[in-house]
Amino acid sequence: MYILKIVLRNVLRHRLRTGLTILGITIAILAFGMLRTIVGLWYLGVENSAATRLITRNAISLVFSLPISYYERIRQVSGVKTVSYGNWFGGIYIDEKHFFANEAIEPKSFLELYPEFVLPDEQKSAFILDRKGCIVGRKLASRYGWKTGDLITLRGTIFPGQWEFVLRGIFTGAEKNTEERVLLFHWDYLNETLKKTVPRRADQVGFYVVGVTRPELAAQVSQDVDRTFKNSLAETLTETEKAFHLGFIAMTEAILVVIQIVSYLVIVIIMAVVANTMAMTARERIGEYAVFKSMGFRSRHIAGMIFGESLLICLIGCTFGILLTFPVGSLFGDLLGNYLPSFEIRRSTIYLDIGFAFLVGIVAGIFPAVRASRIRIAEGLRRIG
Amino acid sequence: MSRVNNPVVNIQGVYKSYQRGSQTLSVLEDISFEIERGEFLALMGPSGSGKSTLLNLIAGIDKVDRGSIVINGVDIVSLEESALAGWRSAHVGFIFQFYNLIPVLTAFENVELPLLLTSLTRRERREHAEAALSLVSLEDRVEHYPSELSGGQQQRVAIARAIVTDPTILVADEPTGDLDRVSAGEILDLMGRLNSEFGKTIIMVTHDPRAAERAGIIRYLEKGAMVDVHP
Repeated sequence: MYILKIVLRNVLRHRLRTGLTILGITIAILAFGMLRTIVGLWYLGVENSAATRLITRNAISLVFSLPISYYERIRQVSGVKTVSYGNWFGGIYIDEKHFFANEAIEPKSFLELYPEFVLPDEQKSAFILDRKGCIVGRKLASRYGWKTGDLITLRGTIFPGQWEFVLRGIFTGAEKNTEERVLLFHWDYLNETLKKTVPRRADQVGFYVVGVTRPELAAQVSQDVDRTFKNSLAETLTETEKAFHLGFIAMTEAILVVIQIVSYLVIVIIMAVVANTMAMTARERIGEYAVFKSMGFRSRHIAGMIFGESLLICLIGCTFGILLTFPVGSLFGDLLGNYLPSFEIRRSTIYLDIGFAFLVGIVAGIFPAVRASRIRIAEGLRRIG
Repeated sequence: MSRVNNPVVNIQGVYKSYQRGSQTLSVLEDISFEIERGEFLALMGPSGSGKSTLLNLIAGIDKVDRGSIVINGVDIVSLEESALAGWRSAHVGFIFQFYNLIPVLTAFENVELPLLLTSLTRRERREHAEAALSLVSLEDRVEHYPSELSGGQQQRVAIARAIVTDPTILVADEPTGDLDRVSAGEILDLMGRLNSEFGKTIIMVTHDPRAAERAGIIRYLEKGAMVDVHP
């Protein structure tokens, strides 16, 4: 208790120095929290993946398509409950700056496979019945002020031309992290248009979404689907939705690694700053530590005072950092809500913040504590005066 | 009070040297003497004569190269670091030239500090600390921080801290070296009282002949050796 009192008073001894160190830790924890959250966003698709959904695509590459004729054959594979299909459309709204995901899908089966896209029944029916109809996520509708019945025109890139859609529904995500910045329309609309304009590209899909009856069947169904089309002109690669998303992440892994390295570098830098502060502090107080030892206090008491001070400074900075993480995260979420699915600070990030604060506090205290503990009393006393 | 055959400090054949680069500097050579219980001893000598080193050895904060130092029946040379720390807390009270109070603690807390290593209750600690501060006439300054006290008052707090555990010996290294003449006189009066009224054994290093005059016995050191007569 007494040691705690000394620790607390020592923390307040050089207020400017302590204040600046705490500020540094606060900023480091805040930066770490933000960077970790951004890294987490990368994995959002993976986390939202359902264990009962498989993605079947062309074995060569995602850019190659598969015949629509595979649909029935996939449905006949044992363990398959529902099959849907679609194409990445890649249409542009206004100009390239207004990017959002848009896909041509088979509406009924797709919405059955993705119950997280919550749509009022009447809007769902309206969408399914209208081949030129489309649905958009809540955030996307909010971004452009769209209402049901509005006409939306996309400029095709992969599929050239001006494509008009009637907004038939606005879905909300069942989960906080559900993607709400996407536009979905009828694959039939795309296909019928292609039959007229580019017939050789018609009756092709970019991917199949395969719903299995039970998650444990996923591996077997994947093998069975791919075996069905082995040695065909368009062999398939079937993997879980999670693996499919991880494949996408792997393409941008370098960026992810850089962000992660930077987030850890921030911690290493603040560790050096706190270690320097503690080294300066301990050096100034060598004489005091010698006095403590002369009275019979042991090295562990001295080490306790140094580690206590180091930890207290780090935990105060960490607390401020965590408290700031939420409003700053919320601000980020508001500013970038149209580009990011959900800027949610995870509990694991907070635990990491606290863990790193402890680590920084302990590591920063090691060198000064060892030095102060080893100082000979007579030597320490000579430094006074 | 009998001062015959009751040595509280028995020093025999003590050698001490320091390593300075490749050179070995001999600081103390074959020092042997005794200090009787209740004695007030002043160690004098020119700078570099080894008197502070000898005081440190007696107080158990430095190690001899050779020889033995027996205090109150305990050969402190043979004690391990941890045991020596425990021994110091119970048997030695330090009075330093620059007071060496902990600046973030009040006068009361500074005096209470050595008692934290004892088994006394909080209440007992408070009683002991108040008694010690009362003895040095600072009962009205208990809540003051060192920076709020004069040099003389700080040294009185340091003396209260030194005596609060009722140690076997008090060691004082130039206790008046940083004080004006009046304050120095008060401190010496106080130390004299501790010796005469409370029977405290005091070993004091000083350059000041007036301070040394307060001691019952004066020993001189020169070039690391005891000399009988002041040169």
